[in-house]
Amino acid sequence: MSGWEDLPGHVSTREARGETTVTVETGRIRDACLYARDELGFDVCVDVVATDYLGWGGAGVSGYIGTAGGRDIIHPATQGLQSLPELKPKRFSLSYHLLALKHGAPRVRLQCWIDEGEHVPSVVSVWPTCDWHEREQHDLMGVVFDGHPNLSRILMPEDWDGHPLRKDYPIGGEPVRFSDAE
Amino acid sequence: MSATTYTGRTRRWPIAFEPPYEGSRIPQRVPTILDVPQELRESDDIFQINFGPNHPSTHGVLRLIVDLNGEEVVGLSAVIGYLHTGFEKTMETKTYWKCVTYPERIDYVGYQNNELVFALAVEKLLELEVPEKATWMRMLLCELNRIHSHLVFLGTSALELGAISMFWYCFREREQILDLFELATGQRMHTRYFQIGGLAEDIPVGFYPECRKFVEWMPHALDDYLALLDRNQIWLERTRGVGSLSAHDAIALGQTGPNLRASGVDWDLRRDQPYLAYEQVDFQVPVYPNGDVYDRYRVRMDEMAESTRIVRQCLDRLERMEGWPWIADDRKVVLPPREELHTSMESLIHHFKIVTEGFRVPEGEVYAAIESPRGESGCYLVSDGGPKPWRVHFRAPSFVALEATATCMHDALVADLIAIVGSLDAVMGDTDR
Repeated sequence: MSGWEDLPGHVSTREARGETTVTVETGRIRDACLYARDELGFDVCVDVVATDYLGWGGAGVSGYIGTAGGRDIIHPATQGLQSLPELKPKRFSLSYHLLALKHGAPRVRLQCWIDEGEHVPSVVSVWPTCDWHEREQHDLMGVVFDGHPNLSRILMPEDWDGHPLRKDYPIGGEPVRFSDAE
Repeated sequence: MSATTYTGRTRRWPIAFEPPYEGSRIPQRVPTILDVPQELRESDDIFQINFGPNHPSTHGVLRLIVDLNGEEVVGLSAVIGYLHTGFEKTMETKTYWKCVTYPERIDYVGYQNNELVFALAVEKLLELEVPEKATWMRMLLCELNRIHSHLVFLGTSALELGAISMFWYCFREREQILDLFELATGQRMHTRYFQIGGLAEDIPVGFYPECRKFVEWMPHALDDYLALLDRNQIWLERTRGVGSLSAHDAIALGQTGPNLRASGVDWDLRRDQPYLAYEQVDFQVPVYPNGDVYDRYRVRMDEMAESTRIVRQCLDRLERMEGWPWIADDRKVVLPPREELHTSMESLIHHFKIVTEGFRVPEGEVYAAIESPRGESGCYLVSDGGPKPWRVHFRAPSFVALEATATCMHDALVADLIAIVGSLDAVMGDTDR
């Protein structure tokens, strides 16, 4: 499907594995969604998902690492990646998976990129279903949506500290109450 | 039936939400919170109660904060998260083949389907071809699982409205399905039978005749259910016209699956975006026009009959596939056959590498979607090229279904609340992940 260039704030279009990803300027994501809904016929927003790319590609390339003393056999050859992944423009990506309820189920992923502290316009006024999706991404990833009517935590307790799905959020659980380790 | 049924390729839904379209019942301030009307806000008659999180008819740990004016529900907001276990975060620290067990525990009633969507996402990234036999067996198990899930829905929903015997009848058939799972996979629930690339084991001898017995029996069981419920005056009065959701509202609220079809929208991913081998089987998509609790129950009843038909067609195919491969022959991804480990060094190395380090999945991002018993179940997967997923996200149909609670609850009585929450068929594990 062509015509993505007409999308408000269009930056680039990418086709991979049968899926279309259209990158859109962060500030114009709501306009782009509105256009996709009204002009391109994408009726449903099935999902909103944020991804944290902190440390992306940090594993290094696999294979023997040459050092002054010869092959580095301390670091096993298989620990890294086979090729370094493509760098990302900013820390977080925000993907909106849209679906058109018509023959063939056309889908598109609208994507915008944000850095820590950057805000995104809310699309709740375009699709009411995004209410909880945006709250979830706010809760777990710390994305701030401007214009959301009720931006609060949804899965974690209201007084929770931090955003668990961020890459810099430690894994290791929470203190166990009434245990010696407290 | 109104003109809301989807008929062809050229169809536009007038779903504009801003300004609100005519007749929308979605709450205006926050789409998922039913606010107490202005004129009642100062009234002393409003009584706020907590419904759940520990309540037998919330299907898990759902908490609803309900404002009551007498018996009438005038305000409602849902609180979720009591079952949040951080599956998505955990999966980022596991290799792909260990991850397979997690999606099953997300939706613990529709487990085969969730397992499938994750396997499909990984296979899409790997561009891995799955053998035909595995595809058909996956389809068979997913359809059995759909029947299983709808039986749990039907049994518990009817139980909550006082039809206790329905629960026993439904669980009688559910037991047979679990026995079939045990026979095929060794486990009754959370089977971990779908492996990336196919199935974990070949289909055991004796599965087909047992499954056939069930397929022959199921239509009779469905007749029993209909006889018990469909002429039951109490059931009809408590479900008809209760908790209605219009087609426009359902689409705006992102509803999928049975809840959407009960609102008159003819949409099923198995037919409209075929995955596995669904384009090769014959089945109907039941659609009902009213969007009330009764229609949601009828859609699921009809779906059980259709799933039984699909299972029968899968059996016909599978019985002719004796001795065919059940898993892809890609040694970089798939564990080598057990017997080879004693004779082949190469196989031993592959086995060791896959078990300890895991297989690598090419860099990229995909979104795979299937029609789970509760609607569109999706898996968004990002890989950086390593053996562990960079980001996994599940599009949970129950999460979205619960967003419709406030809209369905307009003019409802507190007794209807039980029927409505049950009819949306949300599994809290799926909602909270």
